[in-house]
Amino acid sequence: MRTWLLPEYIEDMLPEEAARIERLRRAILDLFECWGYQLLMPPLLEYVDSLLTGTGHDLDLRTFKLVDQLSGRMMGVRADITPQVARIDAHLLNRQGVTRLCYAGSVLHTRPAVPDATREPLQIGAEVYGHAGVESDLEVQRLLCRALEIAGVKGARIDIGHVAVFRGIVRAAGVGAELESELFEALQRKDVPAVKELTRGLERGAREALRALPELYGGPEVLSLAAKRLPRLKEVGAALHTLKALWRVCAIPASFDLAELRGYHYHSGVVFDVYCDGVAGAVARGGRYDEVGKAFGRPRPATGFSIDLRKLAGSAARPGPRAAILAPVQARRNAGDAGLARAIEKLRAAGEIVIEELPGHETHRAELGCTRRLARKGGVWKVEKLRK
Amino acid sequence: MTGIGIALSKGRILRETGPLLARVGLRPKEDPETSRKLIFATEHPGVRLIVLRAADTPTYVQYGAADLGIAGKDVLHEHGGAGLYQPLDLGIARCRMMVAVRKGFEYEGAVRRGARLRIATKYVRTTREHFAAKGVHVDLIHLYGSMELAPVLGLADAIVDLVASGRTLTANGLVSVEEIMPVSARLIVNQAALKTKRAQLQPLIDAFAEAALR
Repeated sequence: MRTWLLPEYIEDMLPEEAARIERLRRAILDLFECWGYQLLMPPLLEYVDSLLTGTGHDLDLRTFKLVDQLSGRMMGVRADITPQVARIDAHLLNRQGVTRLCYAGSVLHTRPAVPDATREPLQIGAEVYGHAGVESDLEVQRLLCRALEIAGVKGARIDIGHVAVFRGIVRAAGVGAELESELFEALQRKDVPAVKELTRGLERGAREALRALPELYGGPEVLSLAAKRLPRLKEVGAALHTLKALWRVCAIPASFDLAELRGYHYHSGVVFDVYCDGVAGAVARGGRYDEVGKAFGRPRPATGFSIDLRKLAGSAARPGPRAAILAPVQARRNAGDAGLARAIEKLRAAGEIVIEELPGHETHRAELGCTRRLARKGGVWKVEKLRK
Repeated sequence: MTGIGIALSKGRILRETGPLLARVGLRPKEDPETSRKLIFATEHPGVRLIVLRAADTPTYVQYGAADLGIAGKDVLHEHGGAGLYQPLDLGIARCRMMVAVRKGFEYEGAVRRGARLRIATKYVRTTREHFAAKGVHVDLIHLYGSMELAPVLGLADAIVDLVASGRTLTANGLVSVEEIMPVSARLIVNQAALKTKRAQLQPLIDAFAEAALR
């Protein structure tokens, strides 16, 4: 019997990794708090009606579902926390001005989002509601860069796209829903031959613009190239303007990809992915999704990001394990040495790890990872080096 | 491993890839056709070639074990293409994905009658999608080779397979009755690699684009 085996793409986080992840989680939540982002703790599961409102087909497929024994209704385990935060902003908080919210928690995916990914990612993220301008996009991007800096990741770089470019072009060309979805698929694959085939029947401007899109990726030069090659539509111009503004203030190296339409069904503006050395795939993703609130009956502009904490921990600087201090067990509280209790308390208050050695396990001492011990010298408890 | 890895598909594609690699400046140091090695250094110091079973090529590139790859449209369609960019049709290893039946089998009639067909194929996903789109009920038999035998021995009503010249079909008393799609080799790119190693990959992609045009 292999009863202790876990399902595929589900794993335990063992002490070393768990400690690293938790340290990052605390540091980043503290950062969010300092920037005025309020912490939310949405439930692990809710009715699919609310969980999947306005989020698109991919998230639906990725959501584990079960029937609620109390109501008989279908429930889903969250596959993304952002829509829950949007629901809370729209319906529970009901603020008129700008709302800054953040969260940290596990989500579950029915299938790994990318090959090799865990099915239980740990998300930590921040969102701004109620502001439609580029300033809030800039703020979340600065906040994200700061979080990466705190984590000490190496080689962080951001790849930025804007879904309004594609949307603007297909709307202006009056492309039907079916063709739009085929074009979307082809662009996601940068499948130039397929885009050529699909755009054959379109008028010249739209045809050339759509054929240019899969080639418009790379450094900031892409933005001026796009201004030349894409039609002068209001939406396209505004999108390029926003991208240029983001590039000017970005603290980490930026690249652009105008055919990157990830989350096209619920994003409405900027979309971005962050990559770091040492981990495959994106460590953080984000963007603007002004339409999601509408699905909840209260349209609110929104922009934000979420970081995959496990991936971040994989790429982050690794401080060695903290060295602990071994102390004799305090067996007889009253009759024992009150000085020992005080010494232990003082060390713990100063942030030291003090482990009391329980009787009978002296031979397994090495497993505790202590480098020092608390010993009595001349009636005083002192920390000394632990001899192997 | 550092440097750039290009996954190549063994067999017909590999034979036709040779001249293309020479034009791009990626001639292997040894002949992959005769060597027993699987990884080959090239005349470009930072680029190595990895020779794989054709059906595995998209998987290696998808997982990032290779950054670029050359794979047939047939294999890509079957794989699904997740995590891959496929920017270039290299125009080599051209053939067609076809439905073929035994000579004398009334395929059109069977489809019109709404008969349930037994189809033998290596391309299960492509076949399922093709017949689902036509609204035809099919039972699929997954085979790994010598598809032509299946209708002859009564294992299946029809087969779905690649057809280049059609000589193997004729030799076994089969005729092709329907084209599913034209097939040729594509350049594929790992999506994350294009974002993180663009400076190294883009010149290679451009060189392939140039070489494919000629």
